Amino acid sequence: MASEAKKVLLDPLFDNNPIALQVLGVCSALAVTTKLSTALIMCAALTAVTACSNASISMIRHHIPTNIRIIVQMTIIASLVIVVDQILQAYAYRMSKELSVFVGLIITNCIVLGRAEAYAMKNPAGLSFLDGIGNGLGYSLILIVVGTVRELIGSGSLLGYEILPLAANGGWYVPNGMMLLPPSAFFIIGLFIWALRTWKTAQVEKAEYQIHQVHRSGGM
Amino acid sequence: MEHLSSIFVASIFTENLALAYFLGMCTFLAVSKKISTAIGLGAAVIVVQAITVPANNLIYQFILREGALAWAGLPDVDLGFLGLISYIGVIAAIVQILEMVLDRYFPALYNALGIFLPLITVNCAILGGTLFMAERDYNFMESVTYGLGSGVGWALAITALAGIREKLKYSDVPDGLQGLGITFITAGLMSLGFMAFSGIQL
Repeated sequence: MASEAKKVLLDPLFDNNPIALQVLGVCSALAVTTKLSTALIMCAALTAVTACSNASISMIRHHIPTNIRIIVQMTIIASLVIVVDQILQAYAYRMSKELSVFVGLIITNCIVLGRAEAYAMKNPAGLSFLDGIGNGLGYSLILIVVGTVRELIGSGSLLGYEILPLAANGGWYVPNGMMLLPPSAFFIIGLFIWALRTWKTAQVEKAEYQIHQVHRSGGM
Repeated sequence: MEHLSSIFVASIFTENLALAYFLGMCTFLAVSKKISTAIGLGAAVIVVQAITVPANNLIYQFILREGALAWAGLPDVDLGFLGLISYIGVIAAIVQILEMVLDRYFPALYNALGIFLPLITVNCAILGGTLFMAERDYNFMESVTYGLGSGVGWALAITALAGIREKLKYSDVPDGLQGLGITFITAGLMSLGFMAFSGIQL
């Protein structure tokens, strides 16, 4: 039981990462990472919603009729997201303005629904809760990496504190504005996937079309 | 009229849901291997987006926003917090109705779009479009334009990505980048290309 729980919790970090391998929840991973602080709030919100929705769906899994299960899951998830949204608006209003629509979009974040469907419908509540936390952490890992790179290179700071002294303030670092623009997030995640798959080679996808190798065997 | 056409063009190019706001990324990356399926999904998104954004706009204007219930004699009620759950309910219901209507009256179209329709409920581009509409406080005509434009923009992006991926199949990609990795980088380059449209005013 203990090892099962550990596996459920830690697997999604590297071996079965929701973003890098399962291609779930990519949208918000790209949009909220221009600053580390927004990325952290988003991670906390998503982990909380995934864990709670997994646990509650798992508790009533024997009572949900199969053909309306998506609607039941959606309703549970939407209610949890409303709670998170209201908490953010009450205690961190500026942050909630910065995240704008992306808190609401946790509802359609495929990690939440994907885990509810793939795990919580078949497993007991405790393990489902851990699975939710584990997948939330796997998502957070990527968000934090991308957020750190983008904020550090794009504005020379982390969490708003200046790490690299900016040229505008008499330092040496000229910020790379490109990192604050949407395309850089795609590149960073692409490169992160490359690094992860070089390390864990089992995750490499097969090429759909193999180029016939004729020239390689010659006098190289 | 100029105002509307500028919303329309902006929602297709400068504020492209897929490439500038990253909405609907999951399907964007997963269903873009072939041009024909990408066009099917793109068409389904245009239809659903053009119906749900105006429908949610009516709900927002007449029921949910602060003071909207004045017509019912309740001027102090603010139901804004119910927004998320009602929008997603409306989207799920409209997708379901659309599926049944298409099945009954346009079987050819239903067969073409069939498998993509249920997927659309959980496509964040749809909910995202509605949430942007509410945040920007569009009126009804603006919401019709925005819904249509953002759907067209998303369809354009996924079709273009599918086109690139069909060609990319024959290139020699490093092992670790194969599949998902190179798709991300391609999408990044496309997004860079779409940034050329920013600042265009009509």
